[in-house]
Amino acid sequence: MSPDLLKLIFGRLGFESLPLHEPIVVGTFAVVALGGAALLGALTYFRLWGYLWREWFTTVDHKRIGIMYMILGIVMLLRGFADALMMRGQQMLAFGGSEGYLNAHHYDQVFTAHGVIMIFFVAMPLVTGLMNYVVPLQIGARDVSFPFLNNFSFWMTVGGAVLVMASLFIGEFARTGWLAYPPLSNIGYSPDVGVDYYIWALQVAGVGTTLSGINLVCTIVKLRAPGMTMMRMPVFTWTSLCTNVLIVASFPVLTVVLALLSLDRYVGTNFFTNDFGGSPMMYVNLIWIWGHPEVYILVLPAFGIFSEVTSTFSGKRLFGYTSMVYATVVITILSYLVWLHHFFTMGSGASVNSFFGITTMIISIPTGAKMFNWLFTMYRGRIRYELPMMWTIAFMLTFVIGGMTGVLLAVPPADFVLHNSLFLIAHFHNVIIGGVVFGAFAGISYWFPKAFGFKLDPFWGKLSFWFWVTGFYLAFMPLYVLGLMGVTRRLRVFDDPSLQIWFVIAAIGAGLVLLGIICMLVQFAVSFLKREQLKDVTGDPWDARTLEWATSSPPPDYNFAFTPVVHDNDAWWDMKKRGYQRPLNGFKPIHMPSSTGTGIILAGLATAMGFGLIWYIWWLAAASFIAMFAVGIGHTFNYHRDFDIPAEDVIRTEDARTKLLAGAK
Amino acid sequence: MSRLKILALLPLAAALSGCNYVVLAPAGDIAAQQRDLVIISTVLMLLIVVPVMALTVLFAWRYRQSNTEARYEPDWDHSTKLELVIWSAPLLIIVCLGALTWMGTHLLDPYRTLGRIHAERAVDQSKAPLEVDVVALDWKWLFIYPDYGIATVNELAAPVDRPITFRITASSVMNSFYIPALAGQIYAMPGMETKLHAVVNHAGTYKGFSANYSGAGFSGMHFNFQGLDDKGFDAWIASAKSAGGSLGRAEYLQLEKPSQNEPVRRYGTIDSDLYRLILNMCVETGKMCQSEMMAIDAKGGAGHQGVNNTLPLAYDKYARRGTALGLEPSFVAGTCTPDAPQGAATTASIKAPTDTAPLLGAGLKRPSFTPLKSSSFFLGQRPKSDS
Amino acid sequence: MTVAINPTQSGEPIFYLADEHPHPEGWSTALGFWIYLMSDCLIFAILFATFGVLGGNYAAGPAPKDLFDLNLVAVNTSMLLLSSITYGFAMLTMQQNKVGQTQIWLAITGLFGLAFIGIELTEFAHMIHEGATPQRSAFLSAFFTLVGTHGLHVSCGLIWLVTLMVQVWKFGLIEANRRRLMCLSMFWHFLDVVWIGVFTFVYLLGVLR
Repeated sequence: MSPDLLKLIFGRLGFESLPLHEPIVVGTFAVVALGGAALLGALTYFRLWGYLWREWFTTVDHKRIGIMYMILGIVMLLRGFADALMMRGQQMLAFGGSEGYLNAHHYDQVFTAHGVIMIFFVAMPLVTGLMNYVVPLQIGARDVSFPFLNNFSFWMTVGGAVLVMASLFIGEFARTGWLAYPPLSNIGYSPDVGVDYYIWALQVAGVGTTLSGINLVCTIVKLRAPGMTMMRMPVFTWTSLCTNVLIVASFPVLTVVLALLSLDRYVGTNFFTNDFGGSPMMYVNLIWIWGHPEVYILVLPAFGIFSEVTSTFSGKRLFGYTSMVYATVVITILSYLVWLHHFFTMGSGASVNSFFGITTMIISIPTGAKMFNWLFTMYRGRIRYELPMMWTIAFMLTFVIGGMTGVLLAVPPADFVLHNSLFLIAHFHNVIIGGVVFGAFAGISYWFPKAFGFKLDPFWGKLSFWFWVTGFYLAFMPLYVLGLMGVTRRLRVFDDPSLQIWFVIAAIGAGLVLLGIICMLVQFAVSFLKREQLKDVTGDPWDARTLEWATSSPPPDYNFAFTPVVHDNDAWWDMKKRGYQRPLNGFKPIHMPSSTGTGIILAGLATAMGFGLIWYIWWLAAASFIAMFAVGIGHTFNYHRDFDIPAEDVIRTEDARTKLLAGAK
Repeated sequence: MSRLKILALLPLAAALSGCNYVVLAPAGDIAAQQRDLVIISTVLMLLIVVPVMALTVLFAWRYRQSNTEARYEPDWDHSTKLELVIWSAPLLIIVCLGALTWMGTHLLDPYRTLGRIHAERAVDQSKAPLEVDVVALDWKWLFIYPDYGIATVNELAAPVDRPITFRITASSVMNSFYIPALAGQIYAMPGMETKLHAVVNHAGTYKGFSANYSGAGFSGMHFNFQGLDDKGFDAWIASAKSAGGSLGRAEYLQLEKPSQNEPVRRYGTIDSDLYRLILNMCVETGKMCQSEMMAIDAKGGAGHQGVNNTLPLAYDKYARRGTALGLEPSFVAGTCTPDAPQGAATTASIKAPTDTAPLLGAGLKRPSFTPLKSSSFFLGQRPKSDS
Repeated sequence: MTVAINPTQSGEPIFYLADEHPHPEGWSTALGFWIYLMSDCLIFAILFATFGVLGGNYAAGPAPKDLFDLNLVAVNTSMLLLSSITYGFAMLTMQQNKVGQTQIWLAITGLFGLAFIGIELTEFAHMIHEGATPQRSAFLSAFFTLVGTHGLHVSCGLIWLVTLMVQVWKFGLIEANRRRLMCLSMFWHFLDVVWIGVFTFVYLLGVLR
């Protein structure tokens, strides 16, 4: 075929785009391909495709979508963590003239991919998944406000993840660092597909995140059970509300800034170029106007989880509910006034720098108040050390260190000596792992019995906990030390041999975290095998306080046979205390949204469009774009998106639960 | 768990007591003051962090389920007094830290000229500081000494106890100029100039590097910074002068091309206008300087005639490869004589008063500065004078 | 929704609604669409800010006063403003359940919108023909992107409008269609408001500058 025709069909994609010269990537590909083939084969053999499509892929049930988000987050955690191990290995080895085992081309992709994946495709799905699962249950709703949109949002997030994963085997990922600062990320200095993968993965996933933000804000505002005033909402719902407000108010900024960067890269505009009046500094400002709220998007729900867990396992009402709520709201607002602290060293001048430094410090006041609220919730309680509570204690001890180093970095002159150093790396891993990841794990072990009807195995959980915690400290405390020795981030090789020991310790820490992750996977498997032993029929295994525990585990499709009425912020606790009797008759048909495949189809088309744009396969991009419009419009012609669960089905489900409950007594 | 952490740290501390904590033990006064701020703020925060951690462990232990002797009050969830304490305690600390930040940020503003050599000695205002123009290239550092007419690559030297004024820019992408022993870092950005004022107090050789990732050769982008006594510095200058080699526009365009792990190079003579051309991104003949472009823009652009005032990029520079759908790469052509474009170097800087007092939390003198006008705050312009 | 949640006469607390009514269809739609509009508003806010920062960087090229034809833009603005008014009439006739008239007003709205897009494209083509391309300077990049994004929104609005006209024609002014028309109405007026910002800050102030 003529080269022109090839170019028309395949764009800039060719055999040379496959990284066949990278043995590590080829090996990974072989493993992934074998594993993938085995999985697909098993699904086909057991004839699970139809089941998956009907019950999971097309579902609009917020509980199933939540679970799928969690699975996505955990799968991507494995990829992101593999990148982390590779970095630790490289930095441990590349001393005394050794180049290590990764060349610059590969290493620079690894640290970029690690950052992007961990934030967008691990932390975000885990947090969104928990919110998706828990919030409607906590407010006594049957689903979210826009169930179809929820399905679509999820698949868009998957689409972004697929693009990032594709970059591993087809072409390359960005070599720019996770925020892709221009001019480095502009076409002149990164002409390859890497940055395009970055842009389109984030754009596709970002649309999903924005829509899911809108959805959850609406859900919380409009679908609360009667009696649940704003000041009676559980704290997790409050933090979710604030997080989703932040999503709606910050992700559009990311969308625009990436769109401008892609215009620079595709049509040669001059937003962030050096020449023709462009301003790369503007990109840095804009991306952090999104980027700083993003940090709170991740950590606020974690704060909510810790609030629920502390109160439940201390057997006590949450101390200072009102101040907790106000602290959350204050953090939400302040998170927009601090973005410049990510680049004090740009030379903004002392007054601007101190303004942003001081606003940053002010955030530590409500955060500190929250910390004390958890402390005084434990005070005069009866603390049960189940897994979620252990994660919470680990969080409290870890997070204050990260918070302290964070405030330190907010002092501009201190930042001048610590900016971009490994001290900074240690700081944000300290808050993200200590806050968000520990929070997600606390949430997973706390709500797992709700989602599946059996508890997680405590032995493997505790093993995983200790590996994670010690591994975390071993991996990141050395980085604080290295930062104080003036070692900067993203270095591939080192000269000073005296630094090596610290990197070795950090690598050992990463190894322990790996054991922690393995134990966690084993924990899931063991718990599944021992599910009869770990079974919970009450629906309330922790003697908990909020509404999600009022229904069965796992909850029926419709969540609640009758919409609950709320009198207290610990609604379920209040019901238990005042002798609530579960209704046994009078069931009625329940109106529910029906499943649809439109979401997954639209997201698939969006992903194909992204792929086409990345590789300059214009026909593919145009065709998928038009198809997306057609499918979207076609979907609006379907006016019958709901159905009624017949009363008999409700009666059958509820009777089964009645029998179970009777058997438990 | 906190016990575990200490256990984890102990062997490290023991094994590595010989390490060089350069951020905590720098050789320059600015870095030393920044170190002081790091330590003071950490101590301030430990005032609250340590009690919180202790209380966490204490409560976690005391109110465990098996300890039935501890009081249990399941409905106790509010105490106005406690609420006041838990909001005001962090607030108080942040008030102190905020004041410290405001003053420290102004006193240690990298744009501000030095007031003191070190804690006991004021700057002798009669002597001019050492001027060094710094250019971050892909992936090496170019240092130009305009007063001595020499330039070096990946090697920087300065006399002990003489203030240094760095003017910093970059050729293509963003870097950060950082010598931990000397002073905090500041970004080096193409087409823009940042400044750093610093002084080295102890003779010795220190590491300098880029602290902002800038591409494939980033890891090798470091240099040695030598603090020399006056005699040693003169000898160093003399050796550079005798090294021969000349750095003009043509040589610079060669040097600018991406290369990794460059050895030290010295140039005995330089084109005295070179730094200004680099800063204005018009080293290439025929390219319009940024200063000229901005002057034209300030007068309302060059009108319709300006539309076609671009030339295609004739050479295959590393930068500005074409876009998929856009036009061919081009640049704005100079309208004046290409070899002597308009524009003068900017001279705005912030003068520090002579003050040898150490930067401490208590009793810190109020820095003398005038607040910025609101318009310049938003536009990011720097005030003309601050003393 | 007001429901009795107070204790019954006998003092027994009510813990669930024995006789409930599901939320009416589209219970959250207005709020959700409004929040979407606010996030869209943020997109325009950032583009305005970008234009504010880069709007003076002509790179020794042409400036607004060299490029903008205010008469044309004034005509264009009136097209969009008129389309907003006619959409208002469409909503009024919808309230009175007059399908035919609603459709006519919607069609007129669409024609005005189409005229707006046409004039804008003419303006763009003219500028590009002169050499004032988006690539020429940061000012032009920011200008084309801001105005172009607004134009894209109007174009999407037009596609949506046609879709809705088909749906009204097929299914009549049913509750779902009324809700959709309401959403499009918000969208259309929102674009009108944004355009007033564009007209003022980009064109008028640009020529004055």
